[in-house]
Amino acid sequence: MQIAFIAVNVMLWVLVASLALTAAVRSKALFREGATEGVRDFFLLLPRIIIGVVGSGYIAAVMPQDLITTWIGPSSGVLGITIATLAGAITPGGAVVGFAVGAAALKGGGGAPQIIAYSTAWSLYALTRLINWEVAMMPPRVVWLRAAVSLPLPFLAGLGAMLIGHP
Amino acid sequence: MPERRRRVSSFEWSTAVIGGISLTAGIIVYVRDGVARVTAILANDLNLFGGMLPKMMAGCLVSAFVTRLLPREVVARLVGTESGFLGLLIATLMGAALPGGPITIYPVAGAFLVLGADAGTAIAFITAWNLLGYNRALIWEMPFFGADFVLWRSRVAVPLPFLAGALARGSLRLLAGRGGADPCK
Repeated sequence: MQIAFIAVNVMLWVLVASLALTAAVRSKALFREGATEGVRDFFLLLPRIIIGVVGSGYIAAVMPQDLITTWIGPSSGVLGITIATLAGAITPGGAVVGFAVGAAALKGGGGAPQIIAYSTAWSLYALTRLINWEVAMMPPRVVWLRAAVSLPLPFLAGLGAMLIGHP
Repeated sequence: MPERRRRVSSFEWSTAVIGGISLTAGIIVYVRDGVARVTAILANDLNLFGGMLPKMMAGCLVSAFVTRLLPREVVARLVGTESGFLGLLIATLMGAALPGGPITIYPVAGAFLVLGADAGTAIAFITAWNLLGYNRALIWEMPFFGADFVLWRSRVAVPLPFLAGALARGSLRLLAGRGGADPCK
């Protein structure tokens, strides 16, 4: 596990290095801009993600564990996947909310397939995001078609996760 | 289509709300279980988070360079003019590869439609960006859930963009077959 962990990091940084090199070959300004923006984004996102990650631990600690285990726990099956999918669709707010709620539910006793369904539903059709972002920028009919064909996907993701089990 | 740069703002309401709820939860844990539990939770979360920092940093740099090396116009042309299964495949790959937030992604998908791609292709692209994008997985998902969970989730998500695109095409064909106008034209 430790070796795989290091290998992924090495691969990622090799990718960073080759992209940086490609940019530098094209022009020094391109390299400088890319490096500056990447580092700046990292430091701007850091506090937001720290708040969410640490917060999810405390939220998990005060959530009623029995209730979570019953509703979306590892043995809650397809009903749990359905509840998680609905919860994903109605989760409001930006990225930090969806990830913090999902992580809190996982730490608080939620089953991984159920949380995978939650995260998939939230990514694909969280209602506030559809209405605030997508409808404003895309032809509304395409947005609703996309939402409609996405309806079964969280179930498939959750069931798939159950079937293949932990990799 | 002007190139839009991602902008990461330093304040966000969602974060403030989560911060407020977390603080309240932290105080409840402190009152109920004492300071040892508060520090134990903090240590546990920061430990997971610390391991993800190099990946997060790499994710931010990859995003910044890919934004510059793979112009959105090129992606739009590449995807917008392909059709059939190959169209879905390229749309999925590009959706997973293109960094940025909703403000950069939806206009690109809109451009596919203008360039002549069908709604299924645009839908496969958006689905892939949502479910398979490395940008979101590295920077957001891994610090929260850990690498194991993210790999598990990503593995089951691989076929989903194709499926969404194919379902969209099928629905449109069905609607057209019944004599209705293509709702996406």
